[in-house]
Amino acid sequence: MQPFDFVREHEVSTAVKAGSRDGAKFIAGGTNLVDLMKCDVEHPTHVVDINAVPLSKVEQVPGGVRIGALVRMSDLAVHPLIVKNFPAISQSLLVSASPQIRNMASIGGNLMQRTRCPYFRELTWTPCNKRNPGSGCSAIEGENRLHAILGTSDACIATHPSDLAVAVAALDGVLTLRGPKGERQVNATDFHLLPGNTPHIEHDLKHGEMITSLFIPDGPHAKRSSYLKIRDRASFEFALTAAAVGLDLDGSLIRSARVAFGGVGTKPWRAKFAEAALGGQRATPDVFRAAAEAEMKSAVAHRQNAYKIELMKRTLVRALSDLAGGVA
Amino acid sequence: MMPPLGPPLDRVDGRKKVTGGAKFAAEHNLENMAYAAMVMSTIPSGTIRSIDTAAAKRSTGVIAVISHLNAPRLGPAPGQPPAAGQPGAAAPPQQQGNFAEPQLIPFSDNKVHYVGQRIAVVVADTIEHAARGAELVKVTYDETPARLDMQQFREQGVDRAKSLFTKGDADAAFASASVKIDQIYRTPHEHHNPMEAHSIVAAWDGDHLTLYDSSQNIFAVQQTMSRLFGIPKENVHILSQFVGGAFGSKGSTWPHVVIGVLAARMVNRPVKVFLTRKQLFFGNGHRPETQQRVALGANPEGKLLAMIHEGMSQSNDVCTYAERFVRPTKAIYAVDNMRAINPIVSLNLPSPTYMRAPGESPGMFAIESAMDELAYALKMDPLQLRLVNHADVNPEDGKPWSSKSLKECYAQGADKFGWSKRNPEPRSMKSGRDLIGWGMASATYPAHRSPASARAVVKSDGTVTIYTGTHEMGMGTATVMSQLAAETLGIPVERVRFEYGDTTLPPTPISAGSMTAASVGSAVFGACDALKKRVAEIDGVDPATINAESYHTILSKHYLDDVEARFDAKPPQQEPHATQAFGAHFVEVAIDQDIPVVRVQRMVSAFAGGRILNAKTARSQYFGGIIQGIGMALLEETHFDKRLGTFTNVNFAEYMVPTNADVRSIDIIMVPEEDHDVNPIGVKGIGEIGIVGVAPAIANAVFHATGKRVRDLPITIEKLM
Ligand SMILES: Cc1cc2nc3c(=O)[nH]c(=O)nc-3n(C[C@H](O)[C@H](O)[C@H](O)COP(=O)(O)OP(=O)(O)OC[C@H]3O[C@@H](n4cnc5c(N)ncnc54)[C@H](O)[C@@H]3O)c2cc1C
Ligand code: SF4
Repeated sequence: MQPFDFVREHEVSTAVKAGSRDGAKFIAGGTNLVDLMKCDVEHPTHVVDINAVPLSKVEQVPGGVRIGALVRMSDLAVHPLIVKNFPAISQSLLVSASPQIRNMASIGGNLMQRTRCPYFRELTWTPCNKRNPGSGCSAIEGENRLHAILGTSDACIATHPSDLAVAVAALDGVLTLRGPKGERQVNATDFHLLPGNTPHIEHDLKHGEMITSLFIPDGPHAKRSSYLKIRDRASFEFALTAAAVGLDLDGSLIRSARVAFGGVGTKPWRAKFAEAALGGQRATPDVFRAAAEAEMKSAVAHRQNAYKIELMKRTLVRALSDLAGGVA
Repeated sequence: MMPPLGPPLDRVDGRKKVTGGAKFAAEHNLENMAYAAMVMSTIPSGTIRSIDTAAAKRSTGVIAVISHLNAPRLGPAPGQPPAAGQPGAAAPPQQQGNFAEPQLIPFSDNKVHYVGQRIAVVVADTIEHAARGAELVKVTYDETPARLDMQQFREQGVDRAKSLFTKGDADAAFASASVKIDQIYRTPHEHHNPMEAHSIVAAWDGDHLTLYDSSQNIFAVQQTMSRLFGIPKENVHILSQFVGGAFGSKGSTWPHVVIGVLAARMVNRPVKVFLTRKQLFFGNGHRPETQQRVALGANPEGKLLAMIHEGMSQSNDVCTYAERFVRPTKAIYAVDNMRAINPIVSLNLPSPTYMRAPGESPGMFAIESAMDELAYALKMDPLQLRLVNHADVNPEDGKPWSSKSLKECYAQGADKFGWSKRNPEPRSMKSGRDLIGWGMASATYPAHRSPASARAVVKSDGTVTIYTGTHEMGMGTATVMSQLAAETLGIPVERVRFEYGDTTLPPTPISAGSMTAASVGSAVFGACDALKKRVAEIDGVDPATINAESYHTILSKHYLDDVEARFDAKPPQQEPHATQAFGAHFVEVAIDQDIPVVRVQRMVSAFAGGRILNAKTARSQYFGGIIQGIGMALLEETHFDKRLGTFTNVNFAEYMVPTNADVRSIDIIMVPEEDHDVNPIGVKGIGEIGIVGVAPAIANAVFHATGKRVRDLPITIEKLM
């Protein structure tokens, strides 16, 4: 780990100022950043502790809920407002990581966590375009059972690991960012970027900018929503596949749907084709399957991850069937 | 007389462990101690061209950078001792060294044999400074073509373990059998992943070495250090009080120990080495990948006529290890015609080593899967097939068993599980969306013993201390040995203290191969028995009259502060019996029809492992083995990148071991077994048998549930889609 200096800030404004210095990085729960520093992947020279910045509220605001960036995963998962009105958010958190990690990890940090691709994280001597731009991608021809099938490029096929981010993408979350030049809002679906030729650029977050809060709009999709995660191990594992789904139903008629995929995309994958295939249809297994097919048309598999294409389809069908309940 | 099932005494060191009072190797801090961090090779084959240490040396706190460029040459290393049951295994422990890589003495030259080889070490004043220094060491290489794919070199297998076993004419009998199974089974690389990372603290005082190690084999470490550093064995003091799990990975001396000791000598300070989880995946052993062919030929009644078991496993040129997956082949079923061999293919991979039930664990996956396939081919109940082929004497050499209760294991396990209610048809049992499958398999592990010594000292207050060098890796050795001593002496266990984990104490063998209880137990029993007799003799009474109060009374009466006895226990030269533990697993799996993740719903496992010294610690050992077996069946695999020559999922987030949520109901039956021939205390050892047979039992249940036969572990979702 490269040596660094450490400051603790108590206000957004001072945190942003400290975070704007060259080589600065914010630290919240530290469950991802410290790991990556120990792996010799992240090398901040200034670590700016934002845990004392007052951003830990979950508030009902007009049209939705506002979640402070420093709310802990464990607190948000069981917050009554979230459990009642945004079940997919709560569920996505409860199937993430372990209780110990959830107690430390923040919402902002969760959305910012970096891929689990082993070539990126552990095998620092191997080629990796994300860690060392231009060096190549070891995963494309290598061990890629856990890698992405949607949104990949010739430069990178790494999966975005967050569960929460998938639920947030499905439910039209909006991030508030604060930087040296003031505040701005970004839709969650625009926040994470596709790898393209620049897999090292992962978000629409300028240096020095900080996530201050996450807004999720109320609505029928949020209220009738769920998160289904499939993994090898019964607990404490990142997703092989996952689906966040929200349905606005009129009897068995789907007025409109919200769908996002996890474990399969290079970013939290908002499934617009699936949504289009569901809107205006009856909630039946055939319709669900057709929606899954529609979204997975663009999927590209590599040596070990072709199973994810079919598994993702089945995951979506199962998630929608369970959510539609008796109607399907 | 000792009961066949010992009382479930709580662990004697339990309180220390849960309150942080137990000091593990890395928790020892010596004055002026420095820290060492390893630099690992990043190519699988070639030579080191240059090592640029300038930046590392400039880095804060760095004291030294050591590599083949500046390290002194070390002596030749005595290699790993032969496995239990192999020629030479009976040598007393103090004569055996155990360096894991006899052909790769650390820092002896510039050759690179695999990715992750420890090629340099940085010594600094703190662990963080050492780690940082190690990152700054820049190495360049001249690469040579690497051998990375076992398939590619399968023609070059070598029977390193001299494993070839033949009986009758297996090929002819197979060719003429009316019912046949002939399949290939695969098991992947797996890593032991004990909770406690390998670590040492080494301190030199002149030419005397004190070494706190996390080891399963301190006397062999002592011997290894003596040879490598050219000092008398008496000058080497190894201490290993608590070991946080090992599973075989701490049975050999791995390079970090040698390097840490070397570093301590070169910087003239005590040095601590604490490996990272990632590093543990490279230079501390793994269970190597195997590919196994099993061919079974039977008559229509299910009687086995031929059994062929062959294939290969990965090894390398710098270690001597060979995975003996055909060891159980010779012990499990009565077959007249047999051929078995387990060659290795030498590759540029890290050195493999024994991991819980080496040989038996992968070998029985293949055998017991094939037996299940044969049962279906015969349209016969899998349990019935095993009964038809029950080996009444040892198939290998025709010797009688010292005891064998496998039929009772089958019967009691099947009864408790409800096996008779099984519908044999695959995909016939369902529960909601889940397919339900029932499977079974046999388990076996040899009961071995090595020489071991113990000393027992009774004080005039009637308390007794047992001294023996052995190890406590969490199995409960300290507990059961205290019980055994108390029972032999006829005193309450509270009056016994057990001192171990120190080479100044009487020597004991490696704590592996399920032989600690038998080996060390025989010594403890012998020493206590001798002590009791000596005390009786002092007072001129019959030893049978000695009770808990006699010790105090007799010693006081004769003005003695203490009395002691030592016993050197040795296994007999000629063993008239075959000694082997057996068991049977019955498993129910549930598999969602659309999303076929396998979940083990319940298991009933019955074992006959001779006398059980402590029902509680024994149960925990069985649980541990079974849970590791669930991991082997469904989760564990160290992925290997065949182009880059590196293991990839080298941490606990991506190397999957079972969590509590993966373990539902496990019911353990300990079939009572009295055995007067296996050894003086009648125990067979239970540390490994728990894992043997779990993976095939689960794979067989998966077949029953889905109709899909998975022949390569682990059984992950894509193999069932
Ligand atoms: C073993 C393990 C298993 C896991 N399993 C899962 C899982 O199943 N599902 C899942 O979703 N996650 C999982 N995680 C990841 C975990 O959820 C993340 O590590 C965690 O959410 C990160 O939050 P943090 O507050 O600790 O972030 P930190 O480590 O503090 O920060 C992470 C990154 O975010 C930046 N950052 C933090 N806060 C802000 C902010 N307010 N504004 C701008 N940038 C910020 C930091 O600079 C840093 O780059 C797992 C982690 C581990 C270690
Ligand atoms: S998939 Fe992306 S992160 Fe992984 S090696 Fe390739 S470029 Fe690096």
